[in-house]
Amino acid sequence: MKTPMVAGLLGLLMPALGMAGEYNLTVDRVMIDTGDFVKEGIGYNGASPGPVLRFKEGETVTINVTNNLDEMTSIHWHGLILPFQQDGVPGISFPGIQPGETFTYEFPVQQAGTYWFHSHSGFQEPDGAYGAIVIEPEKREPFRYNREYVVQLTDKHPHSGDRIMRNLKMMPDYYNRQQQTVGEFFSDSSEHGFMDTLKDRMAWGDMRMMKADVEDVQGFTGLINGKGPEQNWTGIFEPGERIRLRFINSSAMTYFDIRIPGLEMTVVQADGNNVQPVTVDEFRIGVAETYDVIVRPRDEKAYTIFAESMGRSGYARATLAPEEGMEAEVPEMREASRLTMADMGGMHGMDHGDMDHGDMDMGEPDDMAGMDHSSMEGMDHSAMAMGDSSDPFYAAGSGLMPVAANGGKFLSYADLKAQDPLYELREPTREIELRLTGNMERYSWSINGVKYEDADPIRLKYGERVRFKFVNETMMTHPMHLHGMWSILDVGAGQWNPIKHTVSVQPGTTVYMETEVDEPGQWAFHCHLSYHAAAGMFRKVIVEGGPDSTKANQDIAANAGGDA
Amino acid sequence: MSYIRSLVSAGVLGSLLAPAAVAAEEMMVDTTDRKKPLTLWGVQFEELEYRYSDDDEELGVWSGDFFYGTDEFKLRWLTKGEYSIEEKAYETLENQLVGQIPVSTFFDAKAGVRFDTPEGPNRTYGVLGVTGLAPQWFEIDANFYVSDEGDTSAELDAEYELLLTNYWILAAAFDATVAFSEDEEIGVGKGLVSTETGLRLSYDLVDRSLSPYVGVVHERKYGDTADLARAEGGSTEDWFAVVGARIAF
Repeated sequence: MKTPMVAGLLGLLMPALGMAGEYNLTVDRVMIDTGDFVKEGIGYNGASPGPVLRFKEGETVTINVTNNLDEMTSIHWHGLILPFQQDGVPGISFPGIQPGETFTYEFPVQQAGTYWFHSHSGFQEPDGAYGAIVIEPEKREPFRYNREYVVQLTDKHPHSGDRIMRNLKMMPDYYNRQQQTVGEFFSDSSEHGFMDTLKDRMAWGDMRMMKADVEDVQGFTGLINGKGPEQNWTGIFEPGERIRLRFINSSAMTYFDIRIPGLEMTVVQADGNNVQPVTVDEFRIGVAETYDVIVRPRDEKAYTIFAESMGRSGYARATLAPEEGMEAEVPEMREASRLTMADMGGMHGMDHGDMDHGDMDMGEPDDMAGMDHSSMEGMDHSAMAMGDSSDPFYAAGSGLMPVAANGGKFLSYADLKAQDPLYELREPTREIELRLTGNMERYSWSINGVKYEDADPIRLKYGERVRFKFVNETMMTHPMHLHGMWSILDVGAGQWNPIKHTVSVQPGTTVYMETEVDEPGQWAFHCHLSYHAAAGMFRKVIVEGGPDSTKANQDIAANAGGDA
Repeated sequence: MSYIRSLVSAGVLGSLLAPAAVAAEEMMVDTTDRKKPLTLWGVQFEELEYRYSDDDEELGVWSGDFFYGTDEFKLRWLTKGEYSIEEKAYETLENQLVGQIPVSTFFDAKAGVRFDTPEGPNRTYGVLGVTGLAPQWFEIDANFYVSDEGDTSAELDAEYELLLTNYWILAAAFDATVAFSEDEEIGVGKGLVSTETGLRLSYDLVDRSLSPYVGVVHERKYGDTADLARAEGGSTEDWFAVVGARIAF
């Protein structure tokens, strides 16, 4: 809860507590060895991923960042609430860090949990410039564990970010090796009949859309804490211990479906904020999201952490074991996902011609349900989740609908309920519709049809509560990340709606989130898929008015004590 | 204590100085590359091949393009030609320089100039065309030409890629030229001039940057153009076996 009085008092006490952590980071050229290939990239303190920064809630941290590259750099503290000048986005928060320069970040740590940091310059993040942040809470946490590990995932690619962007612009399917082939046509024909298969292919061909367009950038090696599947990062445990795993998806482009065969996972935190514990067999982690789970292996044996990409084009793998060197079986990846017409439901302005929608149904009666947006709007997400295996945050009949490998529970956004709401529930002051738009053939991505280069900033007023309506009109999933202020994801739980920093919007769906506009300044707001953001799915948000600057600074000092 | 006090006073000082700083930074305009249109370049050779004809003619043939620009405007240099290995001469040699802008979701319009400088008379043309992706995944390139002699012609190029697997690709290409007036000097008769049909089986060896292929190509001349070719002692129909590579980088 926001309790300014208490926060203010704590703020006054702050200097007396005298907590101040100082950290040094260098930004360096490094070699990244994935086990499959070795590639030059960018790292921190001589390695990629960089170090795990361990902060304490309530302290003021000073971080000296020295740029040893021959190009500009920056560090964004992903998910941290801080004065906007410290947010690390060149051109929005600050000018960036020149080669050879040391820039000193200084900000109060007002929250606890698992976060991460990364460069916000060019494609330095996909090239390796990322690391983890763990913030120790002031108060006791509502869950217990004996040991903890950061499990930071990425999708390391043998090509540099610049080259990937250029290849995608030249040939949008450059990296897609899951396209439908002649062989698949025949296997579909024998399953669904020749005419239905032909009609299906014609319907997609008419739209010039690919069912296989789940992952734009394939050919990566999934890394966990910098280790490829063969290098097998291993976390040691003693049987019976509770282990807290802090999953962070630092990928440029890849969503991962994560499971640990033989173990249930209790999700206790999402995007750094405690959630009411929910036990699952598997969960999907969007790009830039974090999930903290607690597992309790009781047997003296190894367990595989298996993270296969949403489109099944690659995987990351690690091990939990009582001793170094022990291994468990690594599962096979499941079959590649295929989009359905439901995922195309959001497409407007497409020339559907005289295509007969009814004929396209491939025996999946729910396929077309997602086409009707009006029916989505009033949908009560939480109600739909009850006793229904399908996830309401996917278009009904979506080809991306997650299913647990063992047939058990797969985490849905609808399962996420805040443990301790950060804000009091109130009516939003207004709604802003953001249509997520793009053109796959041109590999151009935009919001409301306008790329960042041509867009005016989104202007918010300090003190208002804005309801953002995301309408995904593309066939891709977009993890939308608002800097500087929390994203209260509407899962239909009212006051218990979870508080996040990154919200995934699946194709053909509409998702709402609300933001208490409580931080002055200007902020970035974008799709966190690196090549979507760079192609234009990006906005600047300006928070206007509010406390005068003096007060804003006092607030910043005051908030240092207790917000979370 | 004095250390703490100095910290506090630094904080107060900071908050007094900050208003100006905040106001100034709020005005910060994003001048980073992110706020600029992505400017990119690329090189593609759809055909770069050796051809061996059914009457033992050997040719080196290419069709490629270089581009530089943004989503909104690209400069494109297209080059294609056929080099006769025996005669050491260019049977055809064509270069185009065009500007290209998007006109619909899937199509671009282009305009520019084309220079033909083969063995024999040269021609310069003005070019207007469209290029893009038609329904059912046909890549279309259609152009209208006006020559410096005042002759007009049109060319349609269509290509379809059949994925045998995600690495083995069978590409069918069809190209047809129609002339609206005769240009006897360069052997072009009025009406349907010629067609070229190709079938190439390629394998993506290095990503999509190097894809070697083998294939067959059929070239045919029609009507008055065929008559002009016969009068010159040339052939009107050829079959070629081809081997080459598709290149993109």
